[in-house]
Amino acid sequence: MNYPEELLYAKSHEWVKMIDDTTALVGLTDYAQSELGNLVFVNLPEDGDDVTAGETFADVESVKAVSDVYSPVTGTVAEINEELLDAPESINETPYEAWFVKVANITDKEELLSAADYKAFVATLAE
Amino acid sequence: MGSYVPNTRKEQEEMLHEAGYKSFDDMFSCIPASVKLKKPLNLPSGLSEMEVARRMEEISDKNVVFKHIFRGAGAYNHFIPAIVKSVVSKEEFLTAYTPYQAEISQGILQSIFEYQTMICELTGMDVSNASVYDGATAAAESIAMCKDRKRHKAYVSAAAHPGVIQVMKTYCFGSNTELITVPAKNGVTDLDELAKMLAADPEAACFYLQQPNFYGCYEDADKAGQIVHDAGAKFIMGVNPMALAIMKTPAECGADVAVGDGQPLGMPIAYGGPYVGFMAATSAMMRKLPGRIVGETTDDAGNKAYVLTLQAREQHIRREKASSNICSNQALCALTASVYMAAMGAEGMKEAAVQSTSKAHYLKDQLVKAGMQTDSGSEFFNEFVTYCPDQDGMRSGDVLRALEAHGILGGLPLNDYAILWCTTEMNTKKEIDNVAAIVKDVLEGEV
Amino acid sequence: MKLIFEEGSEGRKLSLLPECDVPVTEVPKALARKTALRLPHVSENEISRHYTKLANRAHGVNNGFYPLGSCTMKYNPKVNDQAASLKGFTGVHPLQPERTAQGAMQVLYLIEKYLGEIAGMDAFTMQPAAGAHGEFTGLLLIKAYHVSRGDTKRTKIIVPDSAHGTNPASAAMCGYDVVSIPSQEDGCVDLEALKAAVGEDTAGLMLTNPNTVGLFDKNILEITKIVHEAGGLCYYDGANLNAVMGIVRPGDMGFDAVHINLHKTFSTPHGGGGPGSGPVGCKEFLKPFLPGYQVEKNGKDGSYTFVMQDQSYGAVKMFYGNFLVIVRALTYILTLGKEGVPEASSNAVLNANYMRKKLSGVYDMAFDETCMHEFVMTLEGLKHDTGVTAMDVAKGLLDYGIHPPTMYFPLIVHEALMVEPTETEPREVLDEAIEVLTEIRKQADSDPEALHTAPHKTVIGRPDEVKAARTPILRYTFED
Repeated sequence: MNYPEELLYAKSHEWVKMIDDTTALVGLTDYAQSELGNLVFVNLPEDGDDVTAGETFADVESVKAVSDVYSPVTGTVAEINEELLDAPESINETPYEAWFVKVANITDKEELLSAADYKAFVATLAE
Repeated sequence: MGSYVPNTRKEQEEMLHEAGYKSFDDMFSCIPASVKLKKPLNLPSGLSEMEVARRMEEISDKNVVFKHIFRGAGAYNHFIPAIVKSVVSKEEFLTAYTPYQAEISQGILQSIFEYQTMICELTGMDVSNASVYDGATAAAESIAMCKDRKRHKAYVSAAAHPGVIQVMKTYCFGSNTELITVPAKNGVTDLDELAKMLAADPEAACFYLQQPNFYGCYEDADKAGQIVHDAGAKFIMGVNPMALAIMKTPAECGADVAVGDGQPLGMPIAYGGPYVGFMAATSAMMRKLPGRIVGETTDDAGNKAYVLTLQAREQHIRREKASSNICSNQALCALTASVYMAAMGAEGMKEAAVQSTSKAHYLKDQLVKAGMQTDSGSEFFNEFVTYCPDQDGMRSGDVLRALEAHGILGGLPLNDYAILWCTTEMNTKKEIDNVAAIVKDVLEGEV
Repeated sequence: MKLIFEEGSEGRKLSLLPECDVPVTEVPKALARKTALRLPHVSENEISRHYTKLANRAHGVNNGFYPLGSCTMKYNPKVNDQAASLKGFTGVHPLQPERTAQGAMQVLYLIEKYLGEIAGMDAFTMQPAAGAHGEFTGLLLIKAYHVSRGDTKRTKIIVPDSAHGTNPASAAMCGYDVVSIPSQEDGCVDLEALKAAVGEDTAGLMLTNPNTVGLFDKNILEITKIVHEAGGLCYYDGANLNAVMGIVRPGDMGFDAVHINLHKTFSTPHGGGGPGSGPVGCKEFLKPFLPGYQVEKNGKDGSYTFVMQDQSYGAVKMFYGNFLVIVRALTYILTLGKEGVPEASSNAVLNANYMRKKLSGVYDMAFDETCMHEFVMTLEGLKHDTGVTAMDVAKGLLDYGIHPPTMYFPLIVHEALMVEPTETEPREVLDEAIEVLTEIRKQADSDPEALHTAPHKTVIGRPDEVKAARTPILRYTFED
């Protein structure tokens, strides 16, 4: 299980890479993809959509289930990762490169954990 | 009493005891007395098979089965090859469940895959689902496919089948969608009005055009499609699958979604059902299709395998976020349509379509010679409207009653003067000449 | 096995139609089809064999035991099929003048009446083509009712978390928000949770009883009372009616509208996924809103006419419903009669309890009490001990020619297998199934790997569903 140090993490298992103070990339953690199993499709928002910290902004489909993905930040979608639409398996294979959206104009964040704290949090879930 | 419970009373008693109960009442003691029925149902007593068979025959004998049918309007009396019925009554197809267990359902799944392919061929579209209830519900469900956050209003041509419009209205009542009717002019959709209405409405999600329309007339689907796309909306065509054998496909007309009723493809008219709704779309719209879809894959040994796929669209996974609640569809009717299309082949379907339209044109000519009036001009497939000339008070009812006395079901009366006629390859020249002769007599007051 | 497009060769065909006996009219050039239509080029012999091969790769109730929970795969009587093939039914046009279709109208009249009696409802619409369609139809009745009273703040439908997926999906199609309430440990409705959930915004509740874990919820009168007192209506999902028909009526449990699955409870064949029929019944006060037409009988001459209700909200389908399916169901009801209906449900419940009792030592039952027509086993413990899952056991059954029970439903039981034998199975078939399931349990200990890779004797092994979803191939592609 991978926990890149330079990223921040939400308890709902998304990672955040701050590009600058008000822009970030968002994706799903290694833990999330291993729990979800083989992903077959991603439903992404559109450029220009607003996202709100703590609310769903996308979902991922496996063969037998759909799971919501929660935004760790409040802002506007500046770009979506269209490659994910053709290759959802990249979320399973390289979760920290498979970014979902680039969010700009960030005004708020959920409580975000460091890699170490998130790793500890995941360990509690296994109990 | 008729029964399909194999276990005898004695066997049932033994099973009750083995399961730990003294009696049926004991077993049902978990149901509160406050809700239990205190007396038997007010139903007639059960019957032996001989009595039931007789009873159902008696009831069916009360229906008039017309030997000569000239009525369509959503239920078409086409020829059904014997092989169709033979295949579709195979017990394995008839009594099978939905093919969720792919390993023992390859026959069902492959037949659906073949059906999907044939619907794509017929409509020219990229992808088809495994069927929905009928053409009207297919039309209604296609609206949900086209809505998004900005565009949520639906437009429908007034020249579509009134039954289809009614079902669309009902589904829109459910989903709180505004449904706007685009008027017809001279028996076809008023495309100038359509252009005006769409240009003024940035929230228009889609426009539904029936081809051929309810009056049998061919619409200018290309032009309609262009208008709709210029306005940024989606183009839905409701089509007669028989006509598609010779007519421009929805794909050729630029449709985003093609729907219709597959009844003409091997299903008897049967007082309205079961029929089958087909839904086909462009690949861009694939994930918006409701209902089951079969896909091709492989098993762990590399064998080709068919499986229900893209299930994450459906209700059992998405629940309230599913775009449709559909679960069971019309699988056996879809199978019927596939066998029909295989038996007829492209040549046979073209022949049936050509004969349907040829006989309709011949009937129209004969009816005009007999004294009926028609609208000039509009090209039509296998249905058209005539009007009783207003002399001596002759009305559509008089014409139809006279035909009925000769065992002929004439066209559908739209009002006191207008009749919507239909022919298929089943109507012979002799029948048609006979109809014209009777109509002539009626109009000349000789009935 | 080849696809039908891969059989035959150019030029092969059947001789089905005579030559055209009138002058030929062509489609106007501008409207003519340009793309070639590619359908099979086969003879009748090839078609017949192709579909026979396909039929040999299908498995119906006619082939063997089919204990699918919540599907009621009971025997499909052949006299029903015979009735549905009568020319007097198949050859009637839906828009014939009423006086020429009195037999067809009588079918609708009788079944509306009989279902009304069985369900405890005052009126029926036969239009819905399936259960989910019926749910949509019934919820629209509720919507139309509230709208007619100007009660537009009722925007929520309450659904237990154990409900079939069609329930919340149907509610969403009617523009409602879904409020999911948690079930108690015993699978029954949590009354406190229900009381907390109802309010001025409650349009209604959707429920089935027995519930989706096969238990009869004893608090049913209290449940419907709570919803009514809040001003909501109660909708009964009739999927489980086979447990209680002739013994309890939904109308007596406080429900205002119901749907019935003719292709479950009333023996009409499943057809590989349809056509079914999901007629909707309602109490008198909802009757004015019913869609389509109801059949009424003239008191004087006994003739039948169609009547559309005053405030009908429209139609959910063209014409009157899946008529030939309805013919089958009517034939079945006439066969069973007032004695046969409760006999069927009683034996459905007996067969389920018999199997449950005898399997109690072999598998963990989700609930240790009398079940109704179906019972749920939980394989969570088995998975923990041996790694063998509900999926593995289900696939293992395929090698014995037995269709597996329903897997992974309801969602509130982990590693669920839901077994519904129905009343039409002889004792020996149940005993054999019990033996097979016991064998598989033993195999979970001795050879779990074989079960992980089951089935081995079927025409394909487990399909790669991930590949099917990631790269959808949804039609055959011709070679040109």
